Amino acid sequence: MAGGEIIESFIVPVHPHTVLAPQQNQGWQNLRKAYDDAAQIIKDKEADLLIIYSTTWPSIIGHQIISDPNPEWVMVDHDFHDLGSIHYSFNIDAEFAKQWNKENHARGLQSRCVNYHGFPIDVGSVVALTLLNPDNKIPAVIVSSNVYADRSETTVLAKACKDLVHKTGRKAVAITAMSLSNRMFTEHIDAKDDRIHSLKDDEWNRKILEFLGQGRLEDVSQLSRTIQQQIRVQKVVNFKPMWWLSAINDNRNDLTGNVLSYEAINGAGCAVVNLNPTSSGFGDKEYDEDEVEVFAGERGVLDAATKNTETSKTNSGPKLWEPTEAKGSVNTESAPKPVGAYPHARRVGDLIYLSGVGPRQPDTNTIPGGPIQDAEGNKLDYDIKAQTRAVVENIARILEEAGSSIDKVLDVTSFLVDMDRDFQGYNEVWAETLGKVGPTRTTLAIRALPTPIAVEMKVIAGI
Amino acid sequence: MAQGEIVAGCLAPHPPHLVYAENPEQNEPVAEGGWEQLRWGYERLRESLKGVEYDAIVILSPHWQTYVGTHFLGLENFQSLSVDPVFPNLFRYHYDMNVDVELAKQIHDKAESAGLAVRMMTNPDFRVDYGTITTGHMFRPQWDKPLVVISSNRSRAYYSVEVMQEMMIELGRVTREAILESGKKVVVLASNSLSHRHFTTESEIPEDMSKEHITSHAMHLWDMRIIDYMKSGQCQRIIDEMPEFTEQAIAETDGGAFTWLLSTLEVPKYPAILHGYGTIIGTGNAIVEWPVYRHKAV
Ligand SMILES: [Fe+2]
Repeated sequence: MAGGEIIESFIVPVHPHTVLAPQQNQGWQNLRKAYDDAAQIIKDKEADLLIIYSTTWPSIIGHQIISDPNPEWVMVDHDFHDLGSIHYSFNIDAEFAKQWNKENHARGLQSRCVNYHGFPIDVGSVVALTLLNPDNKIPAVIVSSNVYADRSETTVLAKACKDLVHKTGRKAVAITAMSLSNRMFTEHIDAKDDRIHSLKDDEWNRKILEFLGQGRLEDVSQLSRTIQQQIRVQKVVNFKPMWWLSAINDNRNDLTGNVLSYEAINGAGCAVVNLNPTSSGFGDKEYDEDEVEVFAGERGVLDAATKNTETSKTNSGPKLWEPTEAKGSVNTESAPKPVGAYPHARRVGDLIYLSGVGPRQPDTNTIPGGPIQDAEGNKLDYDIKAQTRAVVENIARILEEAGSSIDKVLDVTSFLVDMDRDFQGYNEVWAETLGKVGPTRTTLAIRALPTPIAVEMKVIAGI
Repeated sequence: MAQGEIVAGCLAPHPPHLVYAENPEQNEPVAEGGWEQLRWGYERLRESLKGVEYDAIVILSPHWQTYVGTHFLGLENFQSLSVDPVFPNLFRYHYDMNVDVELAKQIHDKAESAGLAVRMMTNPDFRVDYGTITTGHMFRPQWDKPLVVISSNRSRAYYSVEVMQEMMIELGRVTREAILESGKKVVVLASNSLSHRHFTTESEIPEDMSKEHITSHAMHLWDMRIIDYMKSGQCQRIIDEMPEFTEQAIAETDGGAFTWLLSTLEVPKYPAILHGYGTIIGTGNAIVEWPVYRHKAV
């Protein structure tokens, strides 16, 4: 199955007023009506997955994804507890959550799944899911917002998710639970007196909504830092949700936008906005920030000597060669390019000999689980299991191209650059994969491989 | 009625790792120890206060974050499961705590008369934040004293550390007044770390102490500077340097608890007792006691 896509996107407000007290204020009621309209659009489009990026769930260890298939509890807002409680029982797509987590790791992100009874789902997600998915029919996933993350990390998070939507053929709706201007009144106000906190906040909100109404999502995304400075109380380091939403929409600027409602909740700027992928024919991007595909760290703001510098992102080793051709050679687009003058494989009689296979990805040349060092030779943390899995997948692809398959593997010689650190993880993945096929095996520790990878395998298979 | 008093004030940080490492029956995850330096610090603090009598504990935790004023728990009892939204793998704690609603209301009323925005929290479904619970557990695992729980007003996020301090000094002053008028003996606790830059990765075994250290040398220097001030009875300097400390050490003092604590103690000029210092996932944490009971004004 393939060809899934983001069929709609929504920006929705986080405060509980739309669920618990819409009748107390005309603006809250308008927001509620817009929420209900959004739910109707989602239903009519027969979406089969809701993806929520919530700004009210901060995380520290990378990003967290809810993977409890049925989280249930009672949510009470820290500030607006007097409005009442929201009981929730959500339908979470745990399988998608787990796969997204894997995709994140493959792109160098820290990420983990969260599946604990009683985990407190954040107010923004609770409000959004309660109103957008009232009968709980559509499975959802929820991801946190990392407090230290900047643009590239947030962008890569979205791309990992987008790829998975494509791969799994889902009709997905992307949702950011967020405020525009987030300054609230710091004293208690009467519901009837609610308004946007200041004229300046209001003007900025309207400007943002004008852009969004024209479908210029990438423009808003690239204004993110300015927006943060102008109208955001500095609870977190950046205004991230527009980065995420734009990246999951291919950083497009010509979506079809529709502002369903814009009102104040206790002073904060709250809007329900719908963005549809149909091209509005609107203009090009006004700005041009770098495209980033893989995250390799940018949080070293406190320490100039930090290892996680930009340079490590592009460290995928020496220059690549086109595979050579000779009698019986087998070459494929679906395996990573060689780093020298040799073919992917060569057939002799009933046997096929593979050149050493590493974990690099055929199309992007990236290394699942991350490179072992950056371009300056500084050691990086990497995931040996992800690397080993990628090696086995590459072997399978080359063998299939050669008319063989993974279950015809006869003999494997494995090379590890750090036997102490990696043998266990490598061995676990082996047991789950080639171990079930049953080839003979030899594992060697070596000083280095030509690219910054930790594992390589040399394979002989039958045809 | 006799005049109430604050018998001691403490800096009592709340990383959930400490409860996790202790393996109390209330917490679901199981650890192989870890962060002993700090846990021994809490032991020394408990030992130090063993002979000191008090009726209630007043605590301000940065993890009940309120943007609209300062809130107080306003029901007699709270029982539930607290799961840390950031470290759910470490902290899933079944709590059962009693609140001194009378004292909470007295502080609330005083604060209101002083012009602060305040509110009592009376929704029975409310889940108490993990900061309050961690500090509550580490300070007194018996849970046999009623608490007054005060939210962390995020005035720092709206204005500046200076404005935050003005508000917290005022809140500290009225907290003290209300305690004195209540006739009760009280311990006040500020539940916060010092420098507060976390690692963004976690080792496979979270309690692997070979991975634990302060995030950066600059953070260490700041923490030691603040600790020196506490040990040498120069708390006014802490208040004076709070803006720089909070900014440069990304200190958890932004939540106001520390300033509030110093204000309830009338910015002590006598030395505090340092019971322990250690790092948790890169952040700096000190367990400190101001033994007011030894320094009673005549
Ligand atoms: Fe904290």
